[in-house]
Amino acid sequence: MSEALPIVEMRDISIEFPGVKALDGVDFRLFQGEVHALMGENGAGKSTLIKALTGVYKIDGGSIVVAGQERQFHGTRDAQSAGVSTVYQEVNLVTNLSIGENVMLGHEIRGAFGVNWRATHAAATEALARLGLEHLDTHKPLSTLSIAMQQLVAISRAMAIKAKVLILDEPTSSLDAAEVEGLFRVMRSLRDQGVAILFVSHFLDQIYAISDRLTILRNGRYEGEYLTRDLDRHALISKMIGKDLGALSSLGGNRRVDDRDYAAEEPLLTAKGLGRRGSIEPTDLDVHRGEVVGFAGLLGSGRTELARLLYGADRADEGEVTLHGKRVDIKSPADGLVKRIAFSTENRRDEGIIADLTVRENMILAVQAERGWARPIPRKEQDELVEKYITALNVRPSDPNRLIKNLSGGNQQKVLLGRWLATNPELLILDEPTRGIDVGAKAEIQEAVAELAESGVSVVFISSELEEVVRLSERIVVLKDHQKIGEIVNGPEITAQHVVDVIAAHGVEAAAESGIIDAEGQHDIAASHPSESSPADAHAYAATEEES
Amino acid sequence: MSNAARTNWLRELIRKPFFWGVIAIFALLALNVLKDPNYLAITVNPVNGNLVGNVIDILRASAPILMIAVGMSLVIATGGIDLSVGSVMAVSGAVAMVFMKDAGQSGSVGVALGAIGLALLVSALLGAINGVLVAYIGLQPFISTLIMMLAGRGIAKVITEGQNTSATNDPFRWIANGFVIGLPVVFLLAIAIVIVVGLVVRRSALGLMIEAIGINPKASRMAGIKPSGLLLTVYILSAVLAGVAGIMSVGTVMTVDVSRTGYQMELDAILAVVIGGTSLAGGKFSIGGAVVGALLIATLDKTIVFLGISSSATPAFKAIVIVVLCLLQSDRVRSWFVQRRKPPQLRPESLPAKPKQEVAA
Repeated sequence: MSEALPIVEMRDISIEFPGVKALDGVDFRLFQGEVHALMGENGAGKSTLIKALTGVYKIDGGSIVVAGQERQFHGTRDAQSAGVSTVYQEVNLVTNLSIGENVMLGHEIRGAFGVNWRATHAAATEALARLGLEHLDTHKPLSTLSIAMQQLVAISRAMAIKAKVLILDEPTSSLDAAEVEGLFRVMRSLRDQGVAILFVSHFLDQIYAISDRLTILRNGRYEGEYLTRDLDRHALISKMIGKDLGALSSLGGNRRVDDRDYAAEEPLLTAKGLGRRGSIEPTDLDVHRGEVVGFAGLLGSGRTELARLLYGADRADEGEVTLHGKRVDIKSPADGLVKRIAFSTENRRDEGIIADLTVRENMILAVQAERGWARPIPRKEQDELVEKYITALNVRPSDPNRLIKNLSGGNQQKVLLGRWLATNPELLILDEPTRGIDVGAKAEIQEAVAELAESGVSVVFISSELEEVVRLSERIVVLKDHQKIGEIVNGPEITAQHVVDVIAAHGVEAAAESGIIDAEGQHDIAASHPSESSPADAHAYAATEEES
Repeated sequence: MSNAARTNWLRELIRKPFFWGVIAIFALLALNVLKDPNYLAITVNPVNGNLVGNVIDILRASAPILMIAVGMSLVIATGGIDLSVGSVMAVSGAVAMVFMKDAGQSGSVGVALGAIGLALLVSALLGAINGVLVAYIGLQPFISTLIMMLAGRGIAKVITEGQNTSATNDPFRWIANGFVIGLPVVFLLAIAIVIVVGLVVRRSALGLMIEAIGINPKASRMAGIKPSGLLLTVYILSAVLAGVAGIMSVGTVMTVDVSRTGYQMELDAILAVVIGGTSLAGGKFSIGGAVVGALLIATLDKTIVFLGISSSATPAFKAIVIVVLCLLQSDRVRSWFVQRRKPPQLRPESLPAKPKQEVAA
């Protein structure tokens, strides 16, 4: 880490939105050859600061100095012509163009007769090689790659235009552990090549694994800049939320003691040989009343696919489901809701929120759908219902008439949780309910899950964070490669490591059987399923500095 | 209402997208007044007490546009489009005329009601075909209704055997040309239907659900909404309203001209909806906006005739007015004006991506 002049220095940055001071006198420095984490709760101003740096937002006060020169950005184009260009992972990548075309888009190498595709692809390969991705065929369409690989392609795109500053906003939110490791390997190698990396993630483990330095924001204000190794987790969280950890101690608390004999009870729901070609092998599953069943497995393991079958989001083509001992056929989400099953999707933006509707409308939607359009919920009942869940789940801001798109991710998630709770479900399926949301909201959602189970609601809990699954569930169903590979009855001695062991052990057997073992581990990333694409809120940006 | 509340209410009004539509209507009327200071004069016919004047003519002419614009705004809100409304108007008119011609009895209310009932039934059937193609077969709304737009005129020609068909029936004629309490029946009828549709849509949860599937069909399905039935309902409603428009439009002259009746009316309807501030991308819709849009189109049509703009220049003139209006409604254009007035203005670039909304939290 060089202690020379910072490559980026933002001083006293202020940005105002109508009625809100989004940033208030924030300082931020970024040095060459470091990974710098930007920390803060949802709504602390992280994204706003990034958008100021990439020219999306115009700053109302303060100065931005890039490579020693003060810059004024009036838009991303200004930022680009001033030498800072932005790569938005989701927008700039065109899934039906080839990998090479994506890497070089807008920077194709031109010859006498238009674009020299041979040279362009060669340059793309070179850019990919900087990230250790030279094995990719640049002629293949981007859509053949998993989200994780697409992310790496987005990064190499930034590299192709000689980025000095790379901004990664929540790049890991839709990646599984192996993919995250792959991304980190690339980040480290870029850092060693002198690239300055700004990294945002809600996973504290990842912050500690990768970052050298961090800047903390709270409520749009600068909290401080620290070396990551100087700040332990407790101190970090306290600084982020601005109070002592006391309120959050339950986060680290253990799961509730459980001495029920589930085997003796009739299950609420039983699935026998439930499967769907291409997404999940025939699976048996029991869920008891008031039980939290965790689905553990990597992204693409079939955990989401199985849950979708239970809810009717996808139709099973084999197997049967019994509910309360009676055979049921769940053909659609509407059927699922009638059978008092609710499903909260992992893909909040595309399958969860209705962005342009208000918090109120989003919350009552499922109940209203069940009643049919001809029987509207009386306004008074709506108010009571919305009020109840806004209070119970601590939705902020608490104004029910605000558009849901103007809420932070964590609060959107709480509104959706309220939507499902309002349907009064017997079985609630939560797919990644805590992904991409801040520590405080995470604890609140986990608490809500525990309380629900206490009140007799059965919960299927799906999360990439194994610790969370282990902490909350009574039983853990382990999935891998589209099938259920085991079930763990939770107990005091069970840790996330046990689950990892089950997954890993199965992998070795399977690999040994088929004779494919990939030593590099790189393959894992490329091979995971593109159909699983749920980029969620992940954006990758790269600010580049053109050498003049 | 306190003073502050009143200014707030005014500010709200100005921010409504159809505000500029209202302004445009007044501007066009003002233009006409410049040419003839007596343009706005409304006189009472001493014989029958009916109101007479240019404004009354505009209201009368707006009735069919109001019908199809309201239907169209619902279809567009679901993320679809209905290009067949003009042709459905022709089919509806043809059915009514042929029925009455065959039935004779020029004074019979029963015949008129039969003609109306049959015309609306056939319209509903055409709408149902649209709806099934879109909701159950999964064809693109544009294609499905384009097919119906072409087929509809064919069907109308088959019904009338390709002839302009006239009939005489006084009760039917009264709908388009009669007066009640001094106002044209056709306008009162249109407003009544608009109010009924508006109440049904907004008092029930139909509006909410239409908006939900228009904004995010996937998420709506996951929330338990069954889109198919909803889409079918909306396309049938649009076609029935087009059928009403067809009746209104042939009733004026008691003749159906299968190649002219309802010709290009779908475009007027779409324009009315857009002027009213409903996005063609679907989602939020405004029936009040569609009404303003329809009134504006009617005013524009009458103004063109009144100013004596040559028929060859008519489409261009219409286009200019609408382009100016759409520009005024554009957020981006408006933000330029705002920016000019207040220099240090934040301009969140309208990126194609959904920017993360962290600000409000």
